[in-house]
Amino acid sequence: MSFLDYFRGKKSGSANVAKERLQIIVAHERGQRDQPDYLPQMQQEILAVIRKYVQISDDMVQVEVDRNDNCSVLELNVTLPER
Amino acid sequence: MARIIVVTSGKGGVGKTTTSASISTGLAKRGHKTVVVDFDVGLRNLDLIMNCERRVVYDFVNVIQGDATLNQALIRDKRVDTLYILPTSQTREKEALTKEGVEKVINELSETFDYIICDSPAGIEHGAQMALYYADEAVVVTNPEVSSVRDSDRILGILQSKSRRAEMGEDPVKEHLLLTRYNPDRVERGEMLSVADVEEILAIPLLGVIPESQVVLNASNQGLPVILETESDAGQAYDDAVARLLGEEREHRFMTNQKKGFFSRMFKGG
Repeated sequence: MSFLDYFRGKKSGSANVAKERLQIIVAHERGQRDQPDYLPQMQQEILAVIRKYVQISDDMVQVEVDRNDNCSVLELNVTLPER
Repeated sequence: MARIIVVTSGKGGVGKTTTSASISTGLAKRGHKTVVVDFDVGLRNLDLIMNCERRVVYDFVNVIQGDATLNQALIRDKRVDTLYILPTSQTREKEALTKEGVEKVINELSETFDYIICDSPAGIEHGAQMALYYADEAVVVTNPEVSSVRDSDRILGILQSKSRRAEMGEDPVKEHLLLTRYNPDRVERGEMLSVADVEEILAIPLLGVIPESQVVLNASNQGLPVILETESDAGQAYDDAVARLLGEEREHRFMTNQKKGFFSRMFKGG
């Protein structure tokens, strides 16, 4: 860090990049940690069913499970392509 | 009832065995009857770090399988007389550690010891899960480096879901962050994640920061737990960590570079 950076309070090194990358990946992995094991396969199968009728890509279906105290909500979000 | 503390990390080579050796020695030096157990079946190394590799006759797996008694397998440390080492097997498979077998040994150790330190193998597989299963507390050893921090977060997830406490719905395993191989100089230059960065990402309480030090290799070369190098910064940092584990309040040291003065930092650009 040079003399001027001291006053700017700016860090020029790679540590900031490391921190940002870690925050993203750790948040992502924590989100998946609580999900049931069957979710990825279920997502694939739902995708296959929809594809019988409409052509959509993988990232257009999102499956999430929200857990409250005594019930779980399965949220299915499908974006259909414009005609 | 003994306090059972696992030393774990996910990633290998971050300092689990070095930490297990120092924490157990530190607790024993304060008069607590302590045993340190090597869970790294097949890759025995705690004996080497503790300088008792030539005194191993029976091991953890022998005790589990009933081929030896606990007293036959326990090795008494030659430096601190309240410290014992339970070495692991060099020849067996990781699967030799069964939940029931480990429980039997831990229960028997609990009757006579105040502290049981479990030195976990690297990874998140069977051996690591056995090491953390019965733990009341966990010391998560982390280097200020991306892969180590990510793996520490994985192991925290396992502590919160697959430990005995989690499965039984008891109070969760108490987590402690121990940051090792910390280089304040590189942190100051923005080249290394800072203590605050790692604390923010992992969000668990900080037990201590061990500065990167040549003393650590020197000590392991001789089979000496670093904490016994009482003049060194790493040794003192481990001593602070042990004190905090026992509930003492100690200010964190060795987190900034003390070798250079204010003016040289300002004008030479770190």
